[in-house]
Amino acid sequence: MTSHLRGKAAIVGTGHAGFGEAPGLTSYDIMAQSALAALADAGLKLSDVDGLFCTMMEDSMPALMAAEYLGIRPRFLDGTMTGGSSFVNYLTSATMALEAGLCDVALIAYGSNQRTASGKLVTASRPPAHEAPYNPRYPISAYAMAAARHMHQYGTTRAQLADVAVAARAWAQHNPEAFQRGPLSREDVLGARMVGDPLTVRDCCLVTDGGGAIVLARADRARDFPKAPVYVLGSAAESSHRQISQMKDFTVTAARESGKRAFAAAGVSPSDIQVVELYDAFTINTILFLEDLGFCAKGEGGAFVEGGRIAPGGVLPVNTNGGGLSCVHPGMYGIFTVIEAARQIRGDAPGLQLDDIHLALAHGNGGVLSSQVTAILGSQDTL
Amino acid sequence: MSATEGPDAVFRSALANNEIVLPRCEDCGQYHFFPRVLCPHCHGTSISWHPASGRGRVHTTTVVRQKPEQGGDYNVCIVELEEGVRMMSRVEGIAPGDVAIDLAVTAFVGEAEGAPAVLFRPAEA
Repeated sequence: MTSHLRGKAAIVGTGHAGFGEAPGLTSYDIMAQSALAALADAGLKLSDVDGLFCTMMEDSMPALMAAEYLGIRPRFLDGTMTGGSSFVNYLTSATMALEAGLCDVALIAYGSNQRTASGKLVTASRPPAHEAPYNPRYPISAYAMAAARHMHQYGTTRAQLADVAVAARAWAQHNPEAFQRGPLSREDVLGARMVGDPLTVRDCCLVTDGGGAIVLARADRARDFPKAPVYVLGSAAESSHRQISQMKDFTVTAARESGKRAFAAAGVSPSDIQVVELYDAFTINTILFLEDLGFCAKGEGGAFVEGGRIAPGGVLPVNTNGGGLSCVHPGMYGIFTVIEAARQIRGDAPGLQLDDIHLALAHGNGGVLSSQVTAILGSQDTL
Repeated sequence: MSATEGPDAVFRSALANNEIVLPRCEDCGQYHFFPRVLCPHCHGTSISWHPASGRGRVHTTTVVRQKPEQGGDYNVCIVELEEGVRMMSRVEGIAPGDVAIDLAVTAFVGEAEGAPAVLFRPAEA
């Protein structure tokens, strides 16, 4: 049975700002520019926003900071922080709040200046007490250990991991908004500086500035906006741990459960999905999520991505903007999975626009494979 | 356990005495780690403490690469103890890159970041 919430809210605007490098701007500046861009896309003003869904890498009350900065007094505020998955998670709470009449215009917004501010991950979160003394490099050591375990159990190779980065770059080369567009070969990835075995620097996402924003409205007025609405057909979450040492099976993420429930809510299956946007913080992520979301069997992710099968012209379009690996990764990438999925459905993707897209999947990851959130988005035709 | 000593303090006090102790749930009999006031398996609250066997295997591992002038490469791994719990740690006594999944290891109390900590070395054959 599909969810009661299926198609009850729609994305009516998307925006972004500060991609790559935005010198001189704070994270909140970039968040606000993104919000303005998304509202302009929807033909709305900031004063129309009465629901705000936001978290940032800085501060312990970032949603309040954001509302204050924007000069709005939201009557519904969700600042749930599940890491990079937060912004996919907000699709659920925004849909619920809109459907319940708790707000009429929902704004999801994010921004970060981490590249120009420090060149590395900026985070307000404390290192876990029983992990910190061993100095894992956060978060790469966690993902490296997941990759090592996947290689050990399933024979996944470094070359297969590299092919994820190569595919992402191939998409990015068509996207003028992407930060890294130079050529990248499997050999380049394998020969790059090793940062946390088995991952080289090219297996890791970018460190960029950037922000993104999404405007949602209730389905009954979704067609009153300038752009074609993109409906939230299903969204679901599951969290399994916070610290990597607490992850039960390093080769299986909670995306298995979030995906299953999101597909059920939307009433579709993986084979119906035309384009897939995954949170690729590291190359292993793409392999894990393709498996856990049901696009291939557990352990077959390496073979699934090999040799351009998820690149342009391959069997499944994955991360069509270039992903966090090559397009943009300002601390948390989750919102960009939703933006690219929505733009593919609307037909105004910045890079390679695929033909006749009606069903897309956006998947957010948070923490160290800790929080998994899956959303299925669809065009008017899918209602 | 004194009335004012919480689970984390029990674990750390033992380490300061060169002992590794692990919490076990009296209700379901399973060990857990990190220490806490309830059992994450059955949610029971009768927790007792037991000396760790010290025997474990590397569940997964990585090398944190670092320039020699910053201290050089080092190991970070997850060890699964015979008791069924896992913890982050490092294996000492062999090169960081030689720490392999399934390597049998033995725990000892060493020092990490200036405080007593559980470390491992390869088990004697």
